[in-house]
Amino acid sequence: MTWEPQIFKTLHQIPREEHVFPGTPLCAGCGGLESLRLAAKVLGSRVVYVDAAGCMTNLAAFPFTPLDASWLYTTMGSAPAGAQGVRDALDVLIAKGRVPKEEDVQVVVLGGDGSTYDMALSSTSGAITRQLDFYYFCYDNEAYGNTGVQLSPATPYGARTTTSPCAVQHPAGTTQEKKDIFEIWRAHRPPYMATVSPRFPLDLEEKFARAAAYKGPKLFLAFAACPTGWLFDPAQTPDVARLAVECGLWPLKEAVNGVVVHTYWPKLTPVEEYLKLQGRFRHLFEPVVQTEAIAHIQERVHGYWARVKREEGNS
Amino acid sequence: MTAEMMTGNLAAAWGARLADVDYVPAFPITPQTEIVETLAKWCGSGSLNARFVTLDSEHSMMTAAGAAAATGARVFTATSSQGLLHAFEVLYTVAGWRVPLVLVNVSRALASPITLEPDHNDVLAARDCGFLQLHAETCQEVVDSILLAYRIAEDARVCLPVMVNLDGFVLSFTREPVTLPDPEVVKQFLPPFRPAHLGFTASAPRSLGTAVFGGATYSYFRHQLHLASLNGLRVYEEAAADFERLFGRRYDPVEQYRMDDAEDVLVMTNAFASKGKAAVDAARAQGRRVGLLRLRMIRPWPAETIQHALQGRRAVAVVDQNLSPGQGGILFQEIAACLYHEALRPRALCSFIGGLGGKNLSEGEFQAIFEQTADAGVRGTGIGPVLLFTESEHREVEQLQFLAHELKTGR
Ligand SMILES: Cc1ncc(C[n+]2csc(CCOP(=O)(O)OP(=O)(O)O)c2C)c(N)n1
Ligand code: SF4
Ligand SMILES: [Mg+2]
Repeated sequence: MTWEPQIFKTLHQIPREEHVFPGTPLCAGCGGLESLRLAAKVLGSRVVYVDAAGCMTNLAAFPFTPLDASWLYTTMGSAPAGAQGVRDALDVLIAKGRVPKEEDVQVVVLGGDGSTYDMALSSTSGAITRQLDFYYFCYDNEAYGNTGVQLSPATPYGARTTTSPCAVQHPAGTTQEKKDIFEIWRAHRPPYMATVSPRFPLDLEEKFARAAAYKGPKLFLAFAACPTGWLFDPAQTPDVARLAVECGLWPLKEAVNGVVVHTYWPKLTPVEEYLKLQGRFRHLFEPVVQTEAIAHIQERVHGYWARVKREEGNS
Repeated sequence: MTAEMMTGNLAAAWGARLADVDYVPAFPITPQTEIVETLAKWCGSGSLNARFVTLDSEHSMMTAAGAAAATGARVFTATSSQGLLHAFEVLYTVAGWRVPLVLVNVSRALASPITLEPDHNDVLAARDCGFLQLHAETCQEVVDSILLAYRIAEDARVCLPVMVNLDGFVLSFTREPVTLPDPEVVKQFLPPFRPAHLGFTASAPRSLGTAVFGGATYSYFRHQLHLASLNGLRVYEEAAADFERLFGRRYDPVEQYRMDDAEDVLVMTNAFASKGKAAVDAARAQGRRVGLLRLRMIRPWPAETIQHALQGRRAVAVVDQNLSPGQGGILFQEIAACLYHEALRPRALCSFIGGLGGKNLSEGEFQAIFEQTADAGVRGTGIGPVLLFTESEHREVEQLQFLAHELKTGR
């Protein structure tokens, strides 16, 4: 059975109301910010964002905030624990009658991939295990962006970062494979998880709307095309975000109580088209084409989707 | 109210219970465990109407504690040693949030080598983080200090977290008579926590911990934090006066023991100060005019009170139960700094390092301290840092080294 949006079938259904306003210190064309903007259209303003150190930390810079929601910046490694404290306190204060029930807010962790995939993993795992009722919004720009685009555990094979440069020993740049944080989360059996892309807004909004029905930890992994770190023109953010999905590198999926369903079947266009758009992969094409490296990336994509077809029996 | 026998840890748990806290994020570490075990039990039985949550680490625990306080809950938590250091980043973070909460630290020496026994390198490492610090000598003082701590932390002139320190083993596991304050009277002393400046609610969104661009804004907020901490001196005095009126026990920022006519003074903190007081008594019996100044409040630093207590003395010996390698005693530095401008400053300042990792401070060592301090006072030149170590301790270590050598060489 194909996954169909139930609520968001046309773009007109996306709320026009904004909760992330323009004029932030983030880069032009930031795909992470666009994902957040779309997410907030469903999340609304009755939210406290518990932020981890990263690019988004610059959103709330005294005395400004582009949000009509609350904000608590914590550390790079413990935003989920901050969410725990806020949620627990709200529960206690509501139970004791010190905060009216109508004043309750949703708790949303805001973290980059570096925080999400590594440093905050302990506090995340703890929060999921305790069944904390919260959203985790990870904007994945596949690097430590705020510190100048260094290798993170989310950096994919073949990408060049400032700490995984192309070298004689490893001309492809990054030699690791991107860590599969989705499966790490899934092993904890949270009620709801999804990947999203800002170029697939109906899919994104639908998932946020569905997630609202579940109490407990809810993960959103948002593709965060990053012109500054990935070296492409900010105008091309939508193209990069679209091609990442169409070539199969960024699968759109959801897992309800651990059962994975892919929500979009990509065309599986050649990965070259996606890679060629970005300066971080230029060395794979110039001065000589690194055929093996490109083939390696392509094979892994095919392997992934072959498995999905076997498991979900769909195409 | 009659006194009951209880450990320092149980007294700490009672402090939280009497303060009627809302939230206890926890993580176990020896020698703090009895505190969180007790609170878990009380939260479970309903004798304390609070939520108890075990976090995945002290870093997370402190974050949850600060976040809950920022949401408007009265929060208590406790840790020790490695745990305090694991939370270090967050200590600064939550102090910067200006959230009142109370953290009990059960002092334990830091690895390496790993040990369980007390000294103050853990708590003093945290002296610059913005938390206020109260250090307790007795189990009674533990419970009382926690109540004082909430009162100061939540005062609008302060709005900072407070750390209450008690020594691992020596106090945490030692049973002493404790008179528990009457919960009804505690309510008079400690009004309910209803902070106007905190909370995340739907109708009043707030941003906390926001970034700043530029040194001026950063400095402004740090200066504010410093001034708020200094306000703690005044607020403490008021709270201590109220406490004495309601409960009959008086706690000054520093305690002066047999100081009236003392020409030489020992400066100490925490539970080993009891040994120091016994040594003062013994020395007095031999005719020495000595006294002891126990520092209860380390942050804010009660400089004037200390100056006042130490001016005009012949010599002062600071016994630091901590060691800043390559420098010496941490509190010695602070005492020396605050006496520099005193016209009547003591003729000599002496620095002794003792009690590291729970090492005993023997009568003989105290005697040596008194003798050397008196000599220094007569000469007019200080000494130290003197690393206290007795001959029998030396022999003990030599034996271990001998054994290690035998095991290694098979002989
Ligand atoms: C404990 C700690 N270590 C290092 C840093 C420095 N730091 C700030 S942001 C950042 C990068 C975070 O990467 P990611 O989570 O991917 O977010 P992004 O910057 O890409 O938005 C780092 C390493 C820090 N703030 N805290
Ligand atoms: S570096 Fe990338 S992720 Fe960070 S703000 Fe700029 S575009 Fe966004
Ligand atoms: Mg990143």
